[in-house]
Amino acid sequence: MPGKLKVKIVAGRHLPVMDRASDLTDAFVEVKFGNTTFKTDVYLKSLNPQWNSEWFKFEVDDEDLQDEPLQITVLDHDTYSANDAIGKVYIDIDPLLYSEAATVISGWFPIYDTIHGIRGEINVIVKVDLFNDLNRFRQSSCGVKFFCTTSIPKCYRAVIIHGFVEELVVNEDPEYQWIDRIRTPRASNEARQRLISLMSGELQRKIGLKVLEMRGNAVVGYLQCFDLEGESGLVVRAIGTACTLDKLSSPAAFLPACNSPSKEMKEIPFNEDPNPNTHSSGPSTPLKNQTYSFSPSKSYSRQSSSSDTDLSLTPKTGMGSGSAGKEGGPFKALLRQQTQSALEQRGGSPHRFCKRREFPFFTLTAFPPGFLVHVGGVVSARSVKLLDRIHNPAFVGIMGNTRSYKLLDWNSFNADEPETRDAWWAEIRQEIKSHAKALGCHAVVGYSESTSICEEVCILSASGTAAVLNPRFLQDGTVEGCLEQRLEENLPVGCGFCHIPYDELNMPFPAHLTYCYNCRKQKVPDVLFTTIDLPTDAAVVGKGCLIQARLCRLKKKAQAEANATAISNLLPFMEYEVHTQLMNKLKLKGMNALFGLRIQITVGENMLMGLASATGVYLAALPTPGGIQIAGKTPNDGSYEQHISHMQKKINDTIAKNKELYEINPPEISEEVIGSPIPEPRQRSRLLRSQSESSDEVIELDLSHGKKDAFVLEIDDTDAMEDVHSLLTDVPPPSGFYSCNTEIMPGINNWTSEIQMFTSVRVIRLSSLNLTNQALNKNFNDLCENLLKSLYFKLRSMIPCCLCHVNFTVSLPEDELIQVTVTAVAITFDKNQALQTIKTHVEKSLQRASTDNEELLQFPLELCSDSLPPHPFPPAKEHLESASSNSGIPAAQRAVTVEKASPVAEGNFRNRSAPPCANSTVGVVKMTPLSFIPGAKITKYLGIINMFFIRETTSLREEGGVSGFLHAFIAEVFAMVRAHVAALGGNAVVSYIMKQCVFMENPNKNQAQCLINVSGDAVVFVRESDLEVISTQQPTANCQPLCTGGEVTT
Amino acid sequence: MTNELDIFVGNTTLIDEDVYRLWLDGYSVSDAVARRVRSGILEQTGATAAVLQSDTMDHYRTFHMLERLLHAPPKLLHQLIFQIPPSRQALLIERYYAFDEAFVREVLGKKLSKGTKKDLDDISTKTGITLKSCRRQFDNFKRVFKVVEEMRGSLVDNIQQHFLLSDRLSRDYAAIVFFANNRFETGKKKLQYLSFGDFAFCAELMIQNWTLGAVDSQVDDMDVDLDKEFLQDLKELKVLVADKDLLDLHKSLVCTALRGKLSVFSEMEANFKPPASGAEDRTPRIPAPQNLSRGLVNVAAKLIHNKDVRDLFVDLIEKFVEPCRSDHWPLNDVRLFLNQYSASVHSLDGFRHQTLWDRYMGTLRGCLLRLYHD
Repeated sequence: MPGKLKVKIVAGRHLPVMDRASDLTDAFVEVKFGNTTFKTDVYLKSLNPQWNSEWFKFEVDDEDLQDEPLQITVLDHDTYSANDAIGKVYIDIDPLLYSEAATVISGWFPIYDTIHGIRGEINVIVKVDLFNDLNRFRQSSCGVKFFCTTSIPKCYRAVIIHGFVEELVVNEDPEYQWIDRIRTPRASNEARQRLISLMSGELQRKIGLKVLEMRGNAVVGYLQCFDLEGESGLVVRAIGTACTLDKLSSPAAFLPACNSPSKEMKEIPFNEDPNPNTHSSGPSTPLKNQTYSFSPSKSYSRQSSSSDTDLSLTPKTGMGSGSAGKEGGPFKALLRQQTQSALEQRGGSPHRFCKRREFPFFTLTAFPPGFLVHVGGVVSARSVKLLDRIHNPAFVGIMGNTRSYKLLDWNSFNADEPETRDAWWAEIRQEIKSHAKALGCHAVVGYSESTSICEEVCILSASGTAAVLNPRFLQDGTVEGCLEQRLEENLPVGCGFCHIPYDELNMPFPAHLTYCYNCRKQKVPDVLFTTIDLPTDAAVVGKGCLIQARLCRLKKKAQAEANATAISNLLPFMEYEVHTQLMNKLKLKGMNALFGLRIQITVGENMLMGLASATGVYLAALPTPGGIQIAGKTPNDGSYEQHISHMQKKINDTIAKNKELYEINPPEISEEVIGSPIPEPRQRSRLLRSQSESSDEVIELDLSHGKKDAFVLEIDDTDAMEDVHSLLTDVPPPSGFYSCNTEIMPGINNWTSEIQMFTSVRVIRLSSLNLTNQALNKNFNDLCENLLKSLYFKLRSMIPCCLCHVNFTVSLPEDELIQVTVTAVAITFDKNQALQTIKTHVEKSLQRASTDNEELLQFPLELCSDSLPPHPFPPAKEHLESASSNSGIPAAQRAVTVEKASPVAEGNFRNRSAPPCANSTVGVVKMTPLSFIPGAKITKYLGIINMFFIRETTSLREEGGVSGFLHAFIAEVFAMVRAHVAALGGNAVVSYIMKQCVFMENPNKNQAQCLINVSGDAVVFVRESDLEVISTQQPTANCQPLCTGGEVTT
Repeated sequence: MTNELDIFVGNTTLIDEDVYRLWLDGYSVSDAVARRVRSGILEQTGATAAVLQSDTMDHYRTFHMLERLLHAPPKLLHQLIFQIPPSRQALLIERYYAFDEAFVREVLGKKLSKGTKKDLDDISTKTGITLKSCRRQFDNFKRVFKVVEEMRGSLVDNIQQHFLLSDRLSRDYAAIVFFANNRFETGKKKLQYLSFGDFAFCAELMIQNWTLGAVDSQVDDMDVDLDKEFLQDLKELKVLVADKDLLDLHKSLVCTALRGKLSVFSEMEANFKPPASGAEDRTPRIPAPQNLSRGLVNVAAKLIHNKDVRDLFVDLIEKFVEPCRSDHWPLNDVRLFLNQYSASVHSLDGFRHQTLWDRYMGTLRGCLLRLYHD
C-alpha cells in the first residue's frame, strides 16, 4: 500500500536573529523524508517569513511511512559561508495512516534545536494519500491503531481482547560511535533523536504486524521504552495488548445479541465454580495457617500447583501435593520453592483460546465490565543482567528470594542481537506466568516491564496481577454476548473479583481467608494487593490514599559479576522490606487493599533504591484489618516498656485518625453472619525478614492477624525502632487534598472540570561521608515527603482537589545524587457533593458503572442518527485483511464511506483549514496522565504521541543552572507535545506519561544534557455541557463545539 | 542533603500573583521568602520555610523565562511554551508594565537615554524603590518609546496594539512617551506638587489638539510631535496683548460677564492687564505685577522655541497658577474666568485667529484647571 506524502510549508514566526548586522534572518526550509529532500525559497530578511510553498510530494512505501519521521529543517541562508541551522521539527505521520484518526496535520510547530531549545515556530500542512494494495506479504501494518491508554478507549468497544504483543529492536547508540568524536554535539544529538524516532516507527510497525497476525486491529496499553545501555547499544522495546475494537457508532453494536449465553456458560466452565468438591470440602477443613496474603515477589507465590495445563481456565489443583506443604508453613514453602521451578516448566496442553499466545498477559489496568473474574495477587519477577560484551559469559541472576541463579554462557551471542534481550525478557515472562499459575490464575493483568541500568549492570523487572478472566472476550469468532446478565447471575456485584481464584486447601502461600463480607458465599483473603485500577463496580468504604514504601540499601562498589552478585543478593531483602513497609502503612491507614501497586528498584553505583507506590483502599468485601501491635523484646526494662506503650498509643491514635480522615466506617457485622467455619487462629506463623543467620537485624514479624489479633511488630533493636518511627513520620496531606496513583480516587466521583498536569523533578546530593542505611533512608524519605508537601502547597488554590495518577520515578544519576521525578494531575472536585456520596457510596459507584455504559450508548447515537443509517465502521484494515471480498472496493468509494462515517473529522478539518493566523490566541491543549477528562467526552482518538527529545547546553550557568535548564526543557517538551496535538486537530492528550527523564550534568564544564521521552494519546474532547447543545443541533454543526472546546477550557 | 535541582512545571503555567508582585518589586528570592513568611502564609497553609523557598524559586524562574516574552507582549499571546489562560496573560502584561508614581515623576520628561539610566541608583535611593524595579520600569518606558516613536496613527492605539495594555495604562504610556519626546520639564521644585496624573491629563489634551495627528488623521499622522506650524502660528496671538484696544475690549467683555459671579472679581480685574492701565487700582497686595492675559498669550507666542516648549509647565505655573493661588482664587472662579476669557475672544471683531485661539486655549484651559490645586 504505497502512498503519497504531501507537505506544504506555509510560514514561520518569531525566528531568532541570525544576522547580527541586520538583526534579521534569511530563512529557508528543507523538507526531508527518507532520502528525498525538498527546499523552499529563501525568504529574505524577515523573522516572520511567509514561504507559502508548493506542495512537496513524496512517493513512498507505507513501510517507510510507518518507520520514518518527516524531518523539517529551518536554516538561515548565508551567501559566503555554510548555511546555519536554526532548528528542526520531526513530525510523526503515523496518525495519518489509519482512517479513523487525523486526516491532516496542520499547525504551528515549535522549531527545536538540541542546543538552543525552541527557536520560533513554523506552520506546516501534511497530508497522506494511501493507495490500496493487494500485496499480502507486505511488511507494513498501516491501519492498526495504537493507544497508550490502559483501558478500552472511551469511544470504542472491545470485540475481542487477543492478548500480549511485544517486540524490541536494538541498535548502536550514535553517542557511542567512533564518529561521535569528530562531530558536533548538535549532530550527535540529532542523530540520536532521528535514530530513536526511526526505531520507534519500526517497532510500532512490527507490533502492528503481530496484531494483524492475531486478527486484531488495535493495540491498547501500548508502552514503549528505551534502554540506554551505553556502549552496548540502544534498545527500544514495547509491550501492549492486541484487541479487536469496534468504534461505538452504530446502534446495532449495542443491541444485546444474546448469542445463547446460557449455552456458553456450560461450554466454558467458570473458575468460579469449577469443581464443587473443592468448595464443599473447604469449610469442613479447618485452616491451620493464617497469614500473609500478599505475593509480590515470587517467594510467596512460588509454591507450585501441579496443574498440568499451562493456561487452563479451570486450574486443577493437585490436592495431595499441596496439602503436604501446608503443615510446614511458610518456612517449608520457602525451602520448597527452590527445588520446584523445574516442575513449573512442564508445559501443558494449551487451551484453545491461547494457542497462539505464549504469554497470557494484558497491559490493561481497567477492563470492560465482567472481564475480570477473580484477582489472585501481585506477581513480579526481577533479573540482574550484565550488559558488557567483554565480560562474557553474561551473568544471569534470578530475582526473588531464590539464590538459585543460573549462569549461562552467552558467548555465542552478540550483545546487540535482539535475541539476547528477547531471551532475557522471555525468561522473566515465563517466571511471571508460573507465578500466576501458582496463584490459580491463567492470566496476568496490569502487566508492565521496566529496567534500571547502571554502568554495565541491568535489572529487568516485570510485574502484574494474577487474575482469572472471563474467556468470552478472549475468543475469536464470538461476536456478542449478554455478558453482564450472565455475570449478575454468577457473581455478586462489587466483590467477585476479590474472591480467591486458588484452591484454599492448596494455597500457594499462607493466607488468612474469610467469607466475603459482601456476599458471604465465597472466600476472600484478608489483604489484597494488585497492580490494576480499582474496578468501577468495586464496593469500597471511604476514600483511598497514596501509600508509599521507600527504601535505600548501600552496596559496595564492584565490577561486573561481583556487582551483579551483590545486587541479586540484596534484591530479596529489598523486596521483603518494601513489602513489609507497605503492609504496615496499609494497616496504619486502616485499609485492606492496594491498587496500582508499582515497585521500582533502581540501581546505582553504590546503592539500591526501592520505591513502591500504590493506592490504599478499604474494600467492603474484605475483612476489617487489625491494628498494629508493638512488642518489645526486653520486657524487663521499665523505661523501655513505657516507651513501647507510648509508641503503641501513637500508632493507635494514628489509625483512629486515619480512619476518620479517610471516612472508613464499615458497617458493623455481627459475629454470626461472618460465619464460624473459620476458626480463630491458634497458631502463629512467623516469617523472618531475613533468611540468613548472619543478619543482625532480624525482625520477627508476627503475621497472625485474625479478627481480634493485631498485626504485631516486634522491636528488638534500634533499626526496628527507626522503622516504626518512619511509619509515623508520613504526614497526611493537608485538608482538602487527596492523592492516589490510580486513575480515579476511590470515594470521589464528582469531579469538576479543572485539571492541572505537572511534572516536578528534584535531585538531592547526599553528604558523601559515612553514609549509613538509616541516614540514607531518612534522606530519601524526606526527599519524597518534601516533594509531596511542595506539591500540596503549590496546588493549594485548587482545593478541594485530588492528585491522581501520582507517578514517582527514582534514578541515581551519579554516586551521591538521587533524582526523583513526579508526574501527576490535580483534579478539583465538588466538596458538597462529595459529602453526600460518602453515605451512599456503594450505590453510587454501582450507578456510575451503569451510567457509563448508558453514556457510551447515547452519544454515538445522537451523533449519527440524523445523517446516517446504522452503519458499522470496521477499521480500514479489516477491509484489507479479508482481502478477497473487500479489496475490490475502489479507494475512492471507501474514502467516502469513511468520511461520511465521521462527520466530526470532516468538520474538524474544514474548520482547521481556515487561515491559521486568523485566530490569534493559541488553543488550549489539556494534558493528563488519566484516560479521561473530567466533565468531558472524548469523541475521537487521533493517534499516539510518542516523542523523544535531547537537550544539551554548554552554558549551564547562563541558562539559570541545572534548575533553569531543566525547567525550560520540560516546558518546551510540553509545548511540543501540545503543538503536535493541536496540529492533529486535537485538544487534549490523555494517558500522558513521561517515560524517561535522564539528566546528566557536569557543572565544572558548565555543561548539562537531558533526554526526555513522553507519550500519550491525542484526542478530541467535548465538554459535556456542549454535548447537550450538539444533540439538539444539526449534525453538521458538530465541528463547532469541537474546536471551541479548546478555547472554552482554561 | 542539599537540593541540587528542584523544579515544578505545570501544563498550565502556575502564576502566583503575590510572588509576581514581589518579583516585579525587585526583591531577591531570599527577601521575597522573608516577606512571604511575614505575610503569615506558613500558618495558613501549614507549609515549611523550605517549601516556600522552593516555591518562590520556581516562580522566579518562570517569571525570568516569561520576561523575554513580556518585552513584546504579542509574543506572549502567540508563544507555545507557556500555556497561560488569557486572563492571566493580561494580568502578567498589565502588572509588568505598571509603574510606581514616585518613579515616573522622577523620569517624566527626561530623555530616556543611557545617561538617565545611570541616575537610577539615585532615584532608587530617593524613592525607596529597588534598583531592579527602577530598571524594569525605565526599560519599559524606553521600550514603548522606541516602538511607537516613529509610528503613525493614534499613539494610544499604537501602544495598546503593540503592548496589549489596558486603556488606562496605554494612556499613561502615551503621556510618558509624549513627555519624553518633548522633554517637558517636570522636575522643578515648583512643579513638585503635581502628580503624574496631572501631567498625563495635560499630555492627553495636548496630543488630542496640538499634535500633527490632531489636525488631519490621514497624512503623516504623528501623535508624539507637536504641530510645528501651529506653534509658529501662535505668534499671531500676540496681538491680543499688543493691541491695546483689543486688550481693553477683551477685558471689559470678561469683566462684564463675570461681575458678581466671582468671589475674587476685583483681583481678576486688576490682574487682567498691567496695573497701570487699570482705572481702579485697589489691589496693592498683589506682589507680582503680572498680568494673566499677557502671561497666557506670551506663553503661546514663545512656544516656537524648543527651550520654551520644555518649560511650558514651569511657565504656566509661574504665569497663571501662582498668581491665582496667591490671590486665593477658588477653583470654580478659575474655571469661570478661563471659560469667559477664552469665549469672549469670539466677540472681538478685530481678531482674526479665532480657530487658532480655540485650539490653543481649549487645551490650555483644561490643563490649567487640572494644574490648579495645592
